[in-house]
Amino acid sequence: MTIDLFILVLVAFMVVAGLIAVEASDLLSAVIAVGAAGFALSVIDLLLGAPDLAFPQVLVEVITVVLLIRMIMTRRDTSRQTPRDTLRTAAVLLAGGVFLVTAFLAAGGLGMTGNIPAFGDPLLAKDAHADAAGAPVLAEDPVGVSAQYLAGSASQTGAANTVMGILLDYRGYDTLGEATVIFVAILGGYVVLRKVGRKRGSEAQPS
Amino acid sequence: MKGMTLIVRNVAGLISGFVMMYGLYVVATGHLAPGGGFAGGVIIMAGVVMLVLAFGGDRAKALLDEKRCHVIDASGALVFAVVALLGLFLGGFFKNFLPVGKVHEFFSGGTILISNVAIGVKVAAGLVGIFLALIVATRQVMPKE
Repeated sequence: MTIDLFILVLVAFMVVAGLIAVEASDLLSAVIAVGAAGFALSVIDLLLGAPDLAFPQVLVEVITVVLLIRMIMTRRDTSRQTPRDTLRTAAVLLAGGVFLVTAFLAAGGLGMTGNIPAFGDPLLAKDAHADAAGAPVLAEDPVGVSAQYLAGSASQTGAANTVMGILLDYRGYDTLGEATVIFVAILGGYVVLRKVGRKRGSEAQPS
Repeated sequence: MKGMTLIVRNVAGLISGFVMMYGLYVVATGHLAPGGGFAGGVIIMAGVVMLVLAFGGDRAKALLDEKRCHVIDASGALVFAVVALLGLFLGGFFKNFLPVGKVHEFFSGGTILISNVAIGVKVAAGLVGIFLALIVATRQVMPKE
């Protein structure tokens, strides 16, 4: 329970850091806020028992922050702050709202069939335990979800390729996140590489 | 970016069709054999990139500009999300609402085939778009004398 509370505090810290990163007026504070959010995420990984995820997170975070700060040092930010676009803000808020509603419904709100297990509920091979040497031993009748995936993939999803049956049927939610990561990365590439849009201070039209 | 020599252009023209065909095959049979949308999309993208490198960016730009790539990319992502949402209203998020069919037949696996094609289109178009954007950025940094 205390760990849950600690994680909640860290998540709140990450949200605040993200808001600061978006709203900060100079780039250096934005980069530092992004780094803070990343380190909080790695601490959460550690608390949830995923050190193999936490180490890459720390590494990537250090490298990213160093690279971004190096970029900021060399190139002076001459872009001018543009006034807020009401339509754009409304579109972003709308998209965020749709996401939250979808997540709420998918998690079982309003009587929809929620099939997402409770937070921190161990899913994989509940009956598995380690023997004296530390090697995992499966119980004779494993009820864990991985065994059910393997047993039911052909009959339930109809996919001869079990990997695809798990990726796009049982764990479609994860694949959606994966596709979102690629989508956002490509969007970021466009934003950095695009020709128009970033007006220099001297070229920007007075508005 | 200028194109390469006649030999390279001819070989690339001959091979790239097969490469893209193989990519389409990997996407379409993701539910039957190893592969799927992510891998197949990258293979299709490799075929397109080979053509762009061999024939030069200008001829490729006439067919595919970044904006069009981005539209295709976003529509692929939209189809994937719509499949997921349809499942939500027919029983559960990402529910496989189409008939499952017989294992090992092409039309089996319900929504897996649709999702695979959507992801393949999305990955291929997105990466080609990034490649074209990189060509433009390189040209901007190093203008011709």
